[in-house]
Amino acid sequence: MRNYKDDFEFFKNSDNVYLDSAATTQKPYSVIEAQSDFYKKYCANIHRGLHTLSNSATKMYEDARALCADFINAKSSKNIVFTKGVTEGINLLAHSLSGYKTVIISSLEHHSNIVPWQLSNKNIKVIELDSELNIDYASYEKLLFENPNSLVSITHISNVFGNVNDAEKITNLAHRYGCLVHIDGAQAGAHIKVDVQKLDVDFYTLSAHKIYGPTGVGLLYGKFELLEQMRPYQGGGAMISDVSFESSTYLDPPLKFEAGTQNISGVIGWAEAIRYMNSLEFDEVILHEEKVYSYALKSLKNLNDIVIYTDAKNLKSALSFNIKNLHHEDIGALLDKQGISVRTGHHCALPAMKMLGLDGTIRISFGIYSDEDDVNRFMMALEKSIEILRRYK
Amino acid sequence: MITENLKAIVDELSLFDDALEKYEYIIELGSLNADFEDSYKSDKYLVKGCSSSVWLYCTEVENKLFFHSDSNAMIAKGLASIICKVYSGSSSKEILDSDVKLLENLNLSEIITPVRQNGVASMQRYILKFAKDFEDGC
Repeated sequence: MRNYKDDFEFFKNSDNVYLDSAATTQKPYSVIEAQSDFYKKYCANIHRGLHTLSNSATKMYEDARALCADFINAKSSKNIVFTKGVTEGINLLAHSLSGYKTVIISSLEHHSNIVPWQLSNKNIKVIELDSELNIDYASYEKLLFENPNSLVSITHISNVFGNVNDAEKITNLAHRYGCLVHIDGAQAGAHIKVDVQKLDVDFYTLSAHKIYGPTGVGLLYGKFELLEQMRPYQGGGAMISDVSFESSTYLDPPLKFEAGTQNISGVIGWAEAIRYMNSLEFDEVILHEEKVYSYALKSLKNLNDIVIYTDAKNLKSALSFNIKNLHHEDIGALLDKQGISVRTGHHCALPAMKMLGLDGTIRISFGIYSDEDDVNRFMMALEKSIEILRRYK
Repeated sequence: MITENLKAIVDELSLFDDALEKYEYIIELGSLNADFEDSYKSDKYLVKGCSSSVWLYCTEVENKLFFHSDSNAMIAKGLASIICKVYSGSSSKEILDSDVKLLENLNLSEIITPVRQNGVASMQRYILKFAKDFEDGC
């Protein structure tokens, strides 16, 4: 049985039980080395220079774009705009995409899929959830019927509860009502084999740092004809074909959306993360992750006074819970002092928390390197934390 | 009075080498603090800037101020108890004349996160405001 932890230097240096991969994942050796090598051996700016180093950096950057396109089965690297991450991808859409007034979102969205639409003065319509916190399709269709030609923007996997949305069904329904679809893949990229052509989504966003890549880099996938119609997001160098004091013309997508010097080392590091993912048997990864998730869920369910908010069939990546009459922050702090990293609070999903009447939850989330031993150590520490808190309650 | 109160808590906290034991002591301090009247659990007495809900109010006996706190989280309640303990029993002038950096002696930065440190700073600001209002006759 392969121990994925061996691929990550972090676990050589730390005994921490890291259960916060939905916030950011650890990075494989190859990613760290690729970024370091870029600065040590061939640091140069891309696209503009004529010298060998610049050409070499440009080739690596564009090769990474092609690799990203393959990773989500996009038709071409022209569909891939590099961004800082999902948040910037959605802000780009909110700023640059026109022709719609309303955005249909789900009740479980991250703030990054709410606030950009408010900033661009869009009407927001919210799909209701069923008792397992899955999308209520009757509510969804009603909104589509009432708001045709809107933009649907929904997370692929809830960052709070781990519910996996059926992106293909969401997209097919939306298209029937003339709506465009964006899927936020922040939590999905590491846990689902994304195929944007099969899903037929119009836009898809990813953050590299949640898929074993560096922070500060991500992508917006878009159908090319839509990217062509969109206005540039930011102006500056590297995105123009001509500039005069009177007016400017822009390059074709994706370059017209990449003004200024990009996160070159981040993109090159991300390419290594994708190569790492490609080197694995993805079916085995999925099986391993499902096993660890089920084990954690089963272990938690054995605890007295546990509150788990969904019993949905398709859960991945993140698992939220509370212990009755104890504050999530107290549990999180005591876990931390026992070497267990979890996330506590509202998880950047305040509307979802308010809807469920919660101040917050304790969230554990998994990466490829998470294993049953992590879960066992977490459970021991959790039981000890509860015991301490109950003693003084 | 403030210095003595502070020293007593610093001495007690220094008895624990282990961070978990230190937390347990903080939680225990909070659990022993039962002088909070529930009628003060309102927005007026809610300390803004804490990640959990902390309420804090002040009473006066013979020109000495006494601070009372509660929280919906046990560690926050313990931390609030510590801060109240440091300042309680002093006059408003003593509180206002005290060094605002004196809480650094608790070395809380070693055991609590920056978010919680901000919460502690907010509690201290509320206490100083109570003292100032009392001094001004508000």
